[in-house]
Amino acid sequence: MNQFMRLLVMLGIMMLGSIALASIDIFEFSSEENRLQYNELTKELRCPKCQNQDIADSNAPIAQDMRKEVYRLIEDGQSTEAVVQFMVERFGEFVSYDPKIIPATYLLWFGPLTLVGVGLLVVLLLSSKRKRSAEAQVSSLDSSSRKRLDAMLKDAQSDQSSKSGKEKE
Amino acid sequence: MNKRLVYFTPLLAAFGIGLILYTAIGNDPTKLETARKDDPFPNFSLSDLHEPSVVRSAADLEGKIRLVNVWATWCPSCKAEHGYLQQLANSGINIVGLNYKDERQAALQWLQKLGDPYEFIIDDPKGSLGFNLGVYGAPETYIVDQYGVVRYRHVGELNERVWTSTFEPMLSKLGLKRP
Repeated sequence: MNQFMRLLVMLGIMMLGSIALASIDIFEFSSEENRLQYNELTKELRCPKCQNQDIADSNAPIAQDMRKEVYRLIEDGQSTEAVVQFMVERFGEFVSYDPKIIPATYLLWFGPLTLVGVGLLVVLLLSSKRKRSAEAQVSSLDSSSRKRLDAMLKDAQSDQSSKSGKEKE
Repeated sequence: MNKRLVYFTPLLAAFGIGLILYTAIGNDPTKLETARKDDPFPNFSLSDLHEPSVVRSAADLEGKIRLVNVWATWCPSCKAEHGYLQQLANSGINIVGLNYKDERQAALQWLQKLGDPYEFIIDDPKGSLGFNLGVYGAPETYIVDQYGVVRYRHVGELNERVWTSTFEPMLSKLGLKRP
């Protein structure tokens, strides 16, 4: 019984915490869809002031204003794209975490892919060059130098055998 | 020869990246592009700060090249730039104030104490015009041309350095020389 009471109190305390969290903004939505759309949008829009937070996450006054506007537009029946467009018009492509592909964002969209491509190209070029030069070195020994190489190898061999012969003596 | 060049590529690449990063040192990532650049000033209907019975609208910004300065009494940098705005106004630059999310009485007291460099001041207590303009922090200063089109925005304090490096060239391009 005692344990049960303790559990109940703990649960109550936990609930209090969630109430405190939820009281940051109070919006009454006319439908569940609107609420979902709002939650999605406030995570998709970036706060212009505290730059690495979405507006759902930020306490900056401008983020509060943006949340209010998002709420108003959604209750007005605007589509998600229309709301994003509304914000981009005012704050620039920066506020969208999913920026459109326009000349100003080409670097953002294609930069990483291009770098990977360049890196791959360099690796391929280097490896093919190394292969080619290795092949070239083997075949570039003409007959005279091959003869010299053979002679040197033979020399070295006879040197070794005479040495070992001496040691035996 | 070719091979030697290959050995230099890491050095060249490092140098290139270094150069790109070096040029980015002066850039302030907290300063966003002017989303409203070359757009007409958003329309509004707000009362004048001094004369609440007078309603101001975007039409009041046409006719000559003006600066629109977004300020508030709660903003420390606004205080810092106020003296320089006064200096600009004295030299004949037209500045319109946009009192952003502020209290009228506090704003009027501030002007009485520090001087009033503004041609007129738009009272925007809820920040609705500020929002439509894309203001995300005071102070901000806009250049609005004679057709009521936004040409430039500066975020942060306006001072001598900013004026000579960006405003002056831009204004002379628009046809307004500092008298």
